Amino acid sequence: MGDVGTFIQLVVDGLANGSIYAALALAIVLVNQATGLINFSQGGMAVLSAYIALTVSNLLAPSIGVAGAVTLGIVVTLIFSFLLGAIVERVIMRRFERGDPDTAVVATIGLFTLITGLCGIIWSYNFLPFPWYFPVTDSFMIGTIGISVWSLTTFIAVLVVMAVLQIVFRSTKLGLGLRAVADNPVSAALSGLKVGPLLMAGWGLAAMLGAIAGTLVAPKLQLSPNMLDGALVYALAAVIIGGLGSPIGAVVAALGITVLENLAAYYVPIIGNDLKIAVPFIALFLVLIFRPQGLFGRKVVVRV
Amino acid sequence: MLLELDHITASYGPVKVLEDVSLAVPEGGAVGILGANGAGKTTTLRAISGMVRTTGRITFDGQDIRGKLPEQVAALGIAHVPEGRGTLPNLSVRENLLVGAYRRKDRAEVQRDIEFLLDLFPNLRRRIKSNGSALSGGEQQMLAVARAFMAKPKLLVLDEPSLGLAPSTARTVYSAIAELRRESGISMLVVEQNANLAFSVVDSATVLETGRSVLSGTTEELKGNDAIRKAYLGG
Repeated sequence: MGDVGTFIQLVVDGLANGSIYAALALAIVLVNQATGLINFSQGGMAVLSAYIALTVSNLLAPSIGVAGAVTLGIVVTLIFSFLLGAIVERVIMRRFERGDPDTAVVATIGLFTLITGLCGIIWSYNFLPFPWYFPVTDSFMIGTIGISVWSLTTFIAVLVVMAVLQIVFRSTKLGLGLRAVADNPVSAALSGLKVGPLLMAGWGLAAMLGAIAGTLVAPKLQLSPNMLDGALVYALAAVIIGGLGSPIGAVVAALGITVLENLAAYYVPIIGNDLKIAVPFIALFLVLIFRPQGLFGRKVVVRV
Repeated sequence: MLLELDHITASYGPVKVLEDVSLAVPEGGAVGILGANGAGKTTTLRAISGMVRTTGRITFDGQDIRGKLPEQVAALGIAHVPEGRGTLPNLSVRENLLVGAYRRKDRAEVQRDIEFLLDLFPNLRRRIKSNGSALSGGEQQMLAVARAFMAKPKLLVLDEPSLGLAPSTARTVYSAIAELRRESGISMLVVEQNANLAFSVVDSATVLETGRSVLSGTTEELKGNDAIRKAYLGG
């Protein structure tokens, strides 16, 4: 493979891994847009949703075939995850949302530990194979570059979800309501917006997004309670680099840091594979120093 | 009467902040609540909007609204501009106005009302794409009033619109509020420390002192009252 071919291959691999982080980053941005909070339990909720999809798929596969069972599993878990997110907001997070944000963040960390532990108790800590529409090792060649079918479909799926989210937030009444509630819940309530149901919807949508991320990545990594722990760290870095209020920023940053990581590992000998994990965080520090609102975030100006 | 407060009492913990306050806003009328800091003006408005628990009776449009949630009170037709303007800082001016109209279904009329308000507040037209946080204090106050009006309320409740504004800006805001009332005929309840500004909009007012209503009358009566002249009208 020539130099250009290697470069393109590294970029393509980076985009594939980055699309998973991007989906999780989008879920974090969604909760942040609706509530102003960072939800550290997003990865745990996504894994739980993936387990639900797996259970339904395994149950139905013998009777209706893998493709039908996986599709139904995804549909069931999307509904489940929406309800899970809405219930978590109503029953747990509502108590913390009007208080100190730090307390709410700690509550999400506690929730993450609880969900991960429950998944381990119910489904064990073993890696469970996740059925998919096609073998995840399938690939095709364009010239000298091998493209993984799983990577390509995952990438496209995340792009579609990102576009839908952008439309929901910027062009729909629901999106306007979610942003208004996040911005100033008191004024939103005084304007007649039903703050409680909108918060539940925001958490529900974010949990659905997490479920999509969990279900997309499970066939590749195999399902375990801690499957998304590493991805969550990358996703958080992407959210900060892209800008907390920007769905597009989160996706671009997630894709960018993984591509950058791949390129640095190959072209900078001192970094190599051992130190490549530091690359996204160096990028994170640089962004925090020179553009703390994130690459796509808007600077908040407070006038007095 | 459109709004009636009948012997309202409210407390923050053990501290009584409103005691036996009564007032009424007639349909199409504008009533002021005057008083110094800590008199209970803001608490009175918060009680109306369901943000403070009270005893007594609050009726709006013939309905008992005491104990309702803020969004339920808003849905009945009371638009409350809170103290400190309550701008939505990360939403544009247009989005702020659309949030005001969130419960409305009449899209064409919503657009007409936006145009009406942008004519009334030309500064907002110039800043239509700016975020709420980027506006000046006066512009934020105009936006807050305009957003409340977008709900097409029966009663507009304004909490100290002049707070934190330069005198000339406060006068501009009040003249726009007076014009809004003339053009739309909307009923208003206005809390204000600056009686001169309040009198440019309201027909009558109640004076609160340490949570109690100590004086009520028409604007003309209050202007002629020595105590009011000394305390609120600069002698």
